[in-house]
Amino acid sequence: MRDTLTWRNVGPLENIPVRGARRLCLQSAGRPVAIFRTAGDEVFALIDECPHRRGPLSEGIVSGTIVTCPLHDWAIELCDGQAVGPDEGAARTLPVRIIAGQIFIGLPTVGGGPA
Amino acid sequence: MGQPSRPLEDLVVVGNGMAGMRTIEELLKLGGGRRYRIHVFGAEPHVNYNRILLSSVLAGDKSLADIVINPRAWYEENGITLITGDPVSRIDRQARTITSASGRVVSYHRLLIATGSRPLAPPIPGLELPGVSAFRDIADVDKMLAAAREHRRAVVIGGGLLGLEAAWGLKQRGMSVALVHLMPNLMERQLDEAAGQLLQRDLDRRGIAFFTNGQTEEILGRERVEGVLLADGREIPADLVVLAIGIRPNIDLARQAGLEVNRGIVVMDDLRTSDPGIFAVGECVEHRGQVFGLVAPLWDQAKVCAAQLTGDERALFSTRALSTSLKITGIDVFSAGALTAADAGDDEITLRDDSRGRYKKIVLRDGKLVGAVLYGDVSDGPWYLQLMQAQSDVSGLRDRLVFGRAFAEAGTGKPPGIDIAALAEDAQICGCNGIAKSTIVAAIKAKGLTTLDEVRAHTKASASCGQCTGLVQALLAHEVGVGAEVPAAALCGCTRAGHDEIRQAIRARGLKTMAEVRAAFAWSKPDGCHKCRPALNYYLLCAWPEDYADDPQSRFVNERVHANIQKDGTYSVVPRMWGGLTNPAELRAIADVAERFHVPTVKVTGGQRLDLLGVRKEDLPAVWGDLNKAGLVSGHAYAKGLRTVKTCVGSEWCRFGTQDSTGLGVKLEKMCWGAWTPHKVKLAVSGCPRNCAEATIKDLGIVCVEAGYDIVVGGNGGMDVRVSDPLVRVAGEAAVLEYTGAFLQLYREEGRYLERTAPWIARVGIDYVKRRLVEDADGRRALHARFLHAQTFVQSDPWAARAAGSAAQAFAPLPALAEA
Ligand code: SRM
Ligand SMILES: Cc1cc2nc3c(=O)[nH]c(=O)nc-3n(C[C@H](O)[C@H](O)[C@H](O)COP(=O)(O)OP(=O)(O)OC[C@H]3O[C@@H](n4cnc5c(N)ncnc54)[C@H](O)[C@@H]3O)c2cc1C
Ligand code: SF4
Ligand code: FES
Repeated sequence: MRDTLTWRNVGPLENIPVRGARRLCLQSAGRPVAIFRTAGDEVFALIDECPHRRGPLSEGIVSGTIVTCPLHDWAIELCDGQAVGPDEGAARTLPVRIIAGQIFIGLPTVGGGPA
Repeated sequence: MGQPSRPLEDLVVVGNGMAGMRTIEELLKLGGGRRYRIHVFGAEPHVNYNRILLSSVLAGDKSLADIVINPRAWYEENGITLITGDPVSRIDRQARTITSASGRVVSYHRLLIATGSRPLAPPIPGLELPGVSAFRDIADVDKMLAAAREHRRAVVIGGGLLGLEAAWGLKQRGMSVALVHLMPNLMERQLDEAAGQLLQRDLDRRGIAFFTNGQTEEILGRERVEGVLLADGREIPADLVVLAIGIRPNIDLARQAGLEVNRGIVVMDDLRTSDPGIFAVGECVEHRGQVFGLVAPLWDQAKVCAAQLTGDERALFSTRALSTSLKITGIDVFSAGALTAADAGDDEITLRDDSRGRYKKIVLRDGKLVGAVLYGDVSDGPWYLQLMQAQSDVSGLRDRLVFGRAFAEAGTGKPPGIDIAALAEDAQICGCNGIAKSTIVAAIKAKGLTTLDEVRAHTKASASCGQCTGLVQALLAHEVGVGAEVPAAALCGCTRAGHDEIRQAIRARGLKTMAEVRAAFAWSKPDGCHKCRPALNYYLLCAWPEDYADDPQSRFVNERVHANIQKDGTYSVVPRMWGGLTNPAELRAIADVAERFHVPTVKVTGGQRLDLLGVRKEDLPAVWGDLNKAGLVSGHAYAKGLRTVKTCVGSEWCRFGTQDSTGLGVKLEKMCWGAWTPHKVKLAVSGCPRNCAEATIKDLGIVCVEAGYDIVVGGNGGMDVRVSDPLVRVAGEAAVLEYTGAFLQLYREEGRYLERTAPWIARVGIDYVKRRLVEDADGRRALHARFLHAQTFVQSDPWAARAAGSAAQAFAPLPALAEA
């Protein structure tokens, strides 16, 4: 069986602050999702839980493609969700597309068809 | 010139550690690369790294990448074959070959053994349990960091240098730490009783629990460690146990090869073992009955061994006096030579200042200095060490020696401070990295270095334990010119520039945005990082109150959303209660909000107000709206800014009160609220010297007396308690307000970001603050005026603005629209 993705429109790019993030109402498998926007308008989607102690990454400071967790300062690379430096762990990433200024994120479809 | 000749002989190095690779560096300097084909075997899977700095990695001050000494490229460039993760398991001296664990066989002309040492394990049950770690290599640090992430309680066994640094590192990583030490005194081999006790007191205040005279009987646990049992029956619960009771030279390989071994591998002054073709250096050796545990003598060994390997048979190793220090931020310890008088012929001279936590002891024998133990102020350590190493006759200085160099040499015509010019060219400045004066001077000249950080980056001097920082700075000042500005540490990893330098440029060159600052100082990352962004945002805000547009994305979440984030991602809300006063209407509004928004916890804070804990982010604007209606505004409990003004009841009610401390507190809070400062600021006003508002441990405190108001500054509760310094006594409230505004403005303009007033004043000295505020009345009034001017831009309640809809996006989660 092949995993399929359901693409959800989460609104225009302008809704996300530059060098910042927003948390989504939408969850993925019960986990909150965060959408990040960098200074260069790259967009990333991550499960909004720090690999350390589940701190809300969407509240961290974004510089380059790194977000610093607000709880204990772990640095997480947005491209792959990996913790940087001596810390080890990863936050799950979700695929992102930007179509006509709208952000879409790909959620795995449970059981084949759209949930 | 002809063909480069191929190396003739094979040199095999067993042990890819600090001493072994230092020897190879020295060997290459002497041209040994033309003579030897070099093969290095390392048991660890890593390149050579600075083991000393594992403590800093554990404490989170450095990353693994920061501590690499020789990257793989270095081995390649020098034609060295490096085999990692494959220990040498056998030496065959007849065949002149070594065999590695994986079966590699390499023949040698010369062999260098540099296998270091192994952590000692006590003979007790439970050592094999998961969650038990030593502290020797990267694998151990990884193990400890993993435990710190998952678990809460650590027990460190061993109160020497390693154990204490392990304990501090784990504490920094958020664990609760207990330390068990067999002896009554910490670091008993480096410190005398008095210094050991000061050390224990200071670490105790920082939250490490000590069990001295503690003999560990057993490590308890079934699946993993659960605790430690002491001989006297005490049981300490633990999820991680770190063993740091000592080290033992790693001599198995040498013994198997039939080399002479005792405690360590026995070497002569030429660093040859009992087999003249086999050399040994580092912690694995024993030289004239002595074994080693610090790096400074290993650098001397490396030099001698390299010289011998390249044919200089006159090079001989001898030990010299050594010093120890502890790599724990804010704890200054120095020790060298004898700790106490050996007999009645020796003299001990001590100086002790308990309230400041300072202690000094020197030991004299036959007119010479033979020992020094310093605690609290270690600036004279290098000087004492120099006197000991040179075996200078100090009988003429005897009465003054203990007061330190500046005092001892006053009137002798020598310049105060360290006499840089008199230092020999090959004097070792940085013991940790073995850097001589000549190397540093050469780098300063050749590369035009002007800052401490540059010297660190180019020479590694002062980059490890930091003990020699003063010397390196003095060298720099001496080379770059007297009075040269020696800036403090860089603002962050993106730049070499220090805080003060950047602030000065912001004003002098009129830099008005973060981008301009980053361009002016050639920042390495276009966006900066989470350290420099908040600092620059503050510096710009402070320099240009009228024009600078605050950047919320460069603020820590608390300041961005005007509430304190909690561990579960909810927030706490602390409204201001001016001077600690409240009334039924406010209390009713707080009660209503707590009920309406199902606030799980309402707590009285240590700052004399109420905290609503566990508010959901999306509810914050509505909570604030309700509180605003009762006149309650943000208490800035989240801000690097004014927090609280604590007061006592004062003359209005109290039978001892001399002035209206409550009323004055309210006035102060009304003047100061909303100000952004380098770090948080707390004020307090007590109505009499009984000091019920704890004014003497606040950033600025007022103690009312019959004759007026005593203003004290630079106090701090928290981790390093500091009692404030008296600033001035004034007669009336107006003067209190003027001094307070001026003090805060001076701190705003000159304190470094994240430096509270206590460390700031400790750095600049209370006399400087007095000069600016007390002796210079015009300057004081100007500072006060600048403070009030800046306040006009910030004194509007951030909660009211957000309750009315400003920055609404920041609080509401993003809705998901239709599917694609
Ligand atoms: C709520 C409160 C504890 C309480 O329930 O009483 C508290 C809570 C926190 N304190 Fe505190 N401190 C509180 C009074 C104090 C006091 C007592 C006082 O102010 O008289 C002190 C010692 C006095 C001092 O600061 O000198 C205090 C010394 C600290 C320190 C150590 C500061 C230092 O310089 O060593 C920190 C750490 C820091 O700021 O980096 C800290 C940090 C914190 C943080 C912000 C930890 C954090 O980063 O999340 C806590 C936030 C909890 C929250 O979300 O509300 N808190 N904290 C108190 C709030 C007072 C208020 O009304 O604003
Ligand atoms: C946490 C910590 C903090 C310290 N702090 C300080 C300090 O502040 N100041 C100070 O002066 N000193 C300090 N030290 C001590 C200092 O690190 C050592 O003195 C120094 O590293 C010893 O160097 P070495 O080359 O002899 O041994 P090591 O650096 O240990 O190198 C030996 C290497 O040989 C390898 N090896 C062993 N057997 C074999 C084999 N059979 N085959 C191949 N490889 C083998 C080992 O795995 C190791 O990598 C500290 C040590 C630690 C652990
Ligand atoms: S409120 Fe203060 S003392 Fe209490 S746990 Fe938090 S930071 Fe520590
Ligand atoms: S939860 Fe993110 S660093 Fe601790």
